[in-house]
Amino acid sequence: MKPIYLDNNATTACDPAVVEAMLPYFTEQFGNPSSMHSFGNKVGGAIKEARKKVQALLGAEHDSEIVFTSCGTESDSTAILSAIKAQPERNQIITTAVEHPAILSLGEYLEKEGYIVKKLGVDKRGRIDIDEYKSLLNDRVAIVSAMWANNETGTLFPVEEMAELAHAKGIQFHTDAVQAVGKIPMSLKDTKIDMLSLSGHKLHAPKGIGVLYLRRNTRFRPLLRGGHQERGRRAGTENAASIVGLGVACELAMQNLHHENTEVKRLRDKLQAGILANVTHAFATGDAGPSGNRLPNTCNIAFEYIEGEAILMLLNKMGIAASSGSACTSGSLEPSHVMRAMGIPYTAAHGTTRFSLSRYNTEEEIDRVIEAVPPIVAQLRKLSPYWSGNGPVDNPEESFAPAYA
Amino acid sequence: MWDYSDKVREHFFDPKNSGPLEGANGVGDVGSIKCGDALRLMLKVEPETEVILDAHFQTFGCGSAIASSSALTEIIKGMTLDDALKVSNQDIADYLDGLPPEKMHCSVMGREALQAAVANYRGEVWTDDHEEGALICKCFAIDAVMIEDTVRANSLTTVEEVTNYTKAGGGCSSCHEAIEEILEKVAQEWEAEGKAAPTAAPAPAAEAKPAAKPQLTTYQRMRKIEEVVESIRPTLIKDGGDIEIVEVSGKDIYVNLKGACAGCMMEQATLGGVQQKLIEALGEFIRLLPAKLLTEIH
Repeated sequence: MKPIYLDNNATTACDPAVVEAMLPYFTEQFGNPSSMHSFGNKVGGAIKEARKKVQALLGAEHDSEIVFTSCGTESDSTAILSAIKAQPERNQIITTAVEHPAILSLGEYLEKEGYIVKKLGVDKRGRIDIDEYKSLLNDRVAIVSAMWANNETGTLFPVEEMAELAHAKGIQFHTDAVQAVGKIPMSLKDTKIDMLSLSGHKLHAPKGIGVLYLRRNTRFRPLLRGGHQERGRRAGTENAASIVGLGVACELAMQNLHHENTEVKRLRDKLQAGILANVTHAFATGDAGPSGNRLPNTCNIAFEYIEGEAILMLLNKMGIAASSGSACTSGSLEPSHVMRAMGIPYTAAHGTTRFSLSRYNTEEEIDRVIEAVPPIVAQLRKLSPYWSGNGPVDNPEESFAPAYA
Repeated sequence: MWDYSDKVREHFFDPKNSGPLEGANGVGDVGSIKCGDALRLMLKVEPETEVILDAHFQTFGCGSAIASSSALTEIIKGMTLDDALKVSNQDIADYLDGLPPEKMHCSVMGREALQAAVANYRGEVWTDDHEEGALICKCFAIDAVMIEDTVRANSLTTVEEVTNYTKAGGGCSSCHEAIEEILEKVAQEWEAEGKAAPTAAPAPAAEAKPAAKPQLTTYQRMRKIEEVVESIRPTLIKDGGDIEIVEVSGKDIYVNLKGACAGCMMEQATLGGVQQKLIEALGEFIRLLPAKLLTEIH
């Protein structure tokens, strides 16, 4: 049976049209766009065209606001390091507790360098408190960085409102939007967002290409120096083939935006309802209610009293690919920081399983997953010391309290 | 995903002896729900002979935790308690044809559950002496607690010294930043205690400085090479691997990596670590090469 890929927040398949558009740039169109001769000329034109397509998807005012980078992480680092270098009089950074490690690890590193990093907490549905946010804004803050959509739960932050508030205080605003771009409509020209990170491989372009959106007139310092590429804002010979691929991927994402928010969303809702109707002691994490603010493609379900890696291995055996917030899947000692920030208890956090869809998923696939999940959960619960018969043991935390080993 | 052996998969997909055990008279609950691994081991022991008649488990945990639990129950069934207590975590890992280094703690948990269950049967109180910190050196599986304790006990101040004492940092080098952070933290505490940070710690006895070494004869040199490799073997064997010397040809030393070491993704790091030790011990530059290159040359 054909495997079912429901891990699109990790990475996506390249769209065949993307691959086809890229191929000539490995062979006859190999020139360096900086060269004066005709070999480079056409490549330069193709990059220009791709830039316009990215601009269109983001709703940016100028195509020169699009800076091609190597990945989302590079865009994140560039944005934050630029803000603190360009504004040496400001030594604070505001972010959230549920950001991607690309932001959080950089923050920890900067703390060691003497910067003050303030992390906004979230409530049990993964939402920030806007009043708490307001109270942190002051003229010592160099930059606010908040993700548009959470990679684990799909929960959306009100980044447009947050950017307005930061702007009013003269603070730069960056958003890590690698999960949001192509899944929800955006028009950056109508916002006060100064910088935004995008990653190609999250929207059916190849890995190794990213974008930093940089609003015109934003004070900026490049991360990579040593070339005039990207108007001196990101030195290094352009990854021409991938840039062309990303352009096509953005064009396709634009065409599929409606589909994403209707059909993909319908399948996601069906999957979530189907699983929760057949598995007890399970719940969707994040802002997952019917009117919740969430990406249309993501659902993250916590299966209580069992562990995520074991769930993934059994799903994998059935040809279903998903991911988990358990400690084991990452090789770390703690479950997902996102689940911990939302106050999800350990007995549930380790069993969180993320299903992330794309426009390639079909109704038949979703039906198969709804059928496959309940027996897998039942099988693992039969092994669990917290489970007995058809439900958890009485007072699970007390009746099984292992000695720390 | 982890590179699990077929045996691990077998015991995960079709675990033996799972679920509650009727009439159990020795129960051990160990693990940490925070870390996502916890295990209840149930034993049915015949009082006169202390033979384990039956063993069952219930595990909250990942694939290798469930497989380790299953393997443990299979190993100890029919053993006397005293024999069962001789089962090491390595025995559990070996039974499963090895575990990934990051998952060795699953076999440790199995061994501790066994100790706890036996203590419970004998009416003793089992206390856990196991302390685990964040894994710092992934090449040699050394955690933060171990490094910090060693730094304190021996007044270490450099990454090189930490590597000499604990092996941490001797492989791929990616943890050097983390080791420096521990050193810095301890140094700050020394300063706060008013104790001047020690200048340079004396090197461990076995690690005399290469420069001070007199020229070795060919025989002494061979012996030295053997000595170094022998000193490393126990660690590799502990991780389910092994190493043997095949040929010494000038500056090139050819070795075979065996067991879990062969084809392990850490193969290069392991070779690098052993090579470093040899260079230090011999006081000359040598190259450590896989023996398969030897046959290609000849």
